[in-house]
Amino acid sequence: MQQIINFIIRNKTFLLFLLLFSVALLFTIQSHSYHKSKFINSANFFTGGIYNSINNISSYLNLNSQNRMLAEENNRLKSIMYNTPERDSSFLDSLKFNSLYRFTHARVIKNSYSLNNNVLLVNKGENDSIREDFGVISSLGIVGIINKTSNNYATVISILNTTSQISAKLKNTNHFGTLIWNSNSPEIMQLIDIPKAAESYLTIGDTIITSGRSSIFPKGVLVGAIQDFRLDDAENYFTLSVKLFNDMTNLEHVYIIENMDKPEITDLLNE
Amino acid sequence: MNNVISIHAVRFVILILTQVLIFNQINFLGYINPYPYILFILLYPVKNNRMLFIFLSFLLGLTIDLFMDSGGIHAAGSVLVAYTRPLFLKSSFGTVYEYQSIKFNTVEFGSKLNYIAILTAVHHLVLFSLEIFSVSKIILILQKALFSSIFTILLCVLLTIIFSRNKT
Repeated sequence: MQQIINFIIRNKTFLLFLLLFSVALLFTIQSHSYHKSKFINSANFFTGGIYNSINNISSYLNLNSQNRMLAEENNRLKSIMYNTPERDSSFLDSLKFNSLYRFTHARVIKNSYSLNNNVLLVNKGENDSIREDFGVISSLGIVGIINKTSNNYATVISILNTTSQISAKLKNTNHFGTLIWNSNSPEIMQLIDIPKAAESYLTIGDTIITSGRSSIFPKGVLVGAIQDFRLDDAENYFTLSVKLFNDMTNLEHVYIIENMDKPEITDLLNE
Repeated sequence: MNNVISIHAVRFVILILTQVLIFNQINFLGYINPYPYILFILLYPVKNNRMLFIFLSFLLGLTIDLFMDSGGIHAAGSVLVAYTRPLFLKSSFGTVYEYQSIKFNTVEFGSKLNYIAILTAVHHLVLFSLEIFSVSKIILILQKALFSSIFTILLCVLLTIIFSRNKT
């Protein structure tokens, strides 16, 4: 016993180092598996507050470009709204009882795109009934999935994250695959596992949209355009390079989507 | 003594804030960011309680991780260089270190540069191997570590020169 205590006292620096280093490694390994980062995330009062107050100042710098993007979106939505034949005036009612998706507007207060596993921070949290696994989109396309929430903030696993996998499909047909990121460029993502039978439908410049299979994103959210496609090594599936419509380096206003039927869907799948 | 503690406390906070709010936003050529927060580890007094130093380095790294949502990569890198710092001190400063009388303001520039460079390189190698976490992407790890190291070393040298002039 005496010897054990002596050993601990003699090597206390090394043991402390070993302890702290393994704690750090544990956090690292947790952060590399999807939805596992328990303690170390920026959705807390302290880091969220600092990012929020800085963002209040810095958001003035790109007010112009953000305003233009919002105006363009308004323009697009207005043109859809007034070009729909035989509008029923009840559609303009702002009260919604049976809508499938609920949208919440949020601001990105911390953006990141140069790491391998990028995580964003938005200024809405549990007080705005934001929960884990809600989808996040911008006016131009998908952004990510909510990971951790605190009272006023939530972290978003960006689509530019090597652990993120999102189901996406070709716009014209129903061939679907998985959207992943190989961490090379924040503009290009990869759509893998498109079946070989889809060859005749693949055209460079065609649109990729979300498939609506995952109950996180509704069907038809824009993703990007096909830039290039080739068969994978086994020659059974196509791998597509997708150029994102969204400029992930310039994000400010995003929408958080809640699928109201999600509990029902997950219950059904778990049975 | 109080003065020394307050200098290091202020340095701790300021380095974290500048790292998070300024240096992480640089993204030179798309992905190159400097990490000059390790100046805290570089300039921590040699004659001091080593356990406290290792713990403070861990705290420094963990706070950066908290801001960057990066798990524990900065904590791991910081703890490792904090623990192995005596080795780097010995190899760069030699006899001066043996007598425990280093003042970072007074040592000659060459050995100081050597010290900063080795410590930064080790820190960044650990940092990026943990960030990318894949043996098959070793080229990417080395590339990122090299470019970021150059950037960090440059900034650290500049910052030490700028802030040492004030005191003399």
